[in-house]
Amino acid sequence: MTQTISLTIDGVAITVVDGTSVAAALSLTSFPAARLSISGQPRPPFCGMGVCQECRITIDGRRRLACQTPCRAGMRVEREAELRSEKHG
Amino acid sequence: MNAPDAIVVGAGIVGSACAWRLAHRGLRVTLVDNGRPGATAAGMGHLVCMDDNPAELALTTWSLALWRDILPRLPDDCAWRDCGTLWLAQRPDEMEQALRKRQRLADFQVRSEPLSAAALTAREPALGNGLAGGLWVPGDGILYAPKVARWFIEQAGERLTHITGEVVTLEEPRVLLRDGRRLQAPVILLACADGANALLEEQWLRIKKGQLAITDRYPPRLNHQLVELGYGASAHAATGKSVAFNLQPRPTGQLLIGSSREYDNRDPRLDPDLLAAMLRRACDFLPWLGELNLIRCWSGFRSASPDGQPLLGPHPHRPGVWLALGHEGLGVTTAPGTAWLLADLIAGNATDIDAAPWLASRLNQQEVNP
Repeated sequence: MTQTISLTIDGVAITVVDGTSVAAALSLTSFPAARLSISGQPRPPFCGMGVCQECRITIDGRRRLACQTPCRAGMRVEREAELRSEKHG
Repeated sequence: MNAPDAIVVGAGIVGSACAWRLAHRGLRVTLVDNGRPGATAAGMGHLVCMDDNPAELALTTWSLALWRDILPRLPDDCAWRDCGTLWLAQRPDEMEQALRKRQRLADFQVRSEPLSAAALTAREPALGNGLAGGLWVPGDGILYAPKVARWFIEQAGERLTHITGEVVTLEEPRVLLRDGRRLQAPVILLACADGANALLEEQWLRIKKGQLAITDRYPPRLNHQLVELGYGASAHAATGKSVAFNLQPRPTGQLLIGSSREYDNRDPRLDPDLLAAMLRRACDFLPWLGELNLIRCWSGFRSASPDGQPLLGPHPHRPGVWLALGHEGLGVTTAPGTAWLLADLIAGNATDIDAAPWLASRLNQQEVNP
């Protein structure tokens, strides 16, 4: 049986299959952006292999690449406050 | 198209500033650039008063005064900030170096202020307590040079024609482009860094490869460009590889970290060992840097003349050929002085500073360093 784990993205609980990357977990939400660019554009993961640096995101208080970070049980994934308000706008 | 009065080869910060100045002086200018990024695209964009010799201090001081008239007119994306420079002393004996630097700057009416260890920490708290002190030069600043170069070109107006092409042969008063086009003008100004070697059939410019790293965006912790006082020793080491601490807080919240030097290596690939040494040096000054993420590292190429000073003015024996070459790491700082000086020399006017130290004719009069 496939094992699942739970983590939070911006405080909202999400359950994913073990082995899912944070980038993949973001894509399961209604708003997959990882961060805002300097000009205010929402930037989702792009290359998926740790090169383009588009998916920088805060995970358990440290800046990480979402595509290079496997989800762990209890992990806290947080996006910028401006981005959180944008996804509801 | 009517023949221009001047052709400028190279649209980096120096060539763009020269083309802009010449156009403002009434010349019809064609600016030719090969479209490949050069030192302007790779560099830090530090406006810095440098004082390794009186001529360099005269040129940088004058250029910074010219910049002060230009800077307020720049659009936001040029990212000018008047953050000043903090020169950092690791050891107490380096404070003597700071005091000598202060005196040299004062001789040119450049304000600077020595800082004790406590005063340094008060001015830049994120430096912590490990340093002996420093020298604050408030008149220095930073900008984003590629955008400024573009702004010079836009501001030059209709007298400037900007074309993309690679100049492959110089037969004054003509230049030949790789695609077969020929341009002709009584003034041909080379601002194409070491690309001038092939055009002039000389070996006047040497490459000094550098590497830079930039962090992700973080809440601002630093307010000044930081440079170690030992920077000069590294910058002028003529052989081998060297690193020196140089760090710039960008308006985006990113930290741009330098610097390294390596002669005659034209390979653009990163040298991971040298990069690691550069970052370790940075962490000597700011241990908390190790907690931050880098998002990009890249290399670039400074071009240096045999004596390390720029070549500005007429070619020694080819009438109609003018040089604005070999600025090494100071092209951004000295672009306006270069442009003003060249425009005056080309017009046959008196110059605001002595042009003699910069003339390429000096290369024939002295032993050239190997």
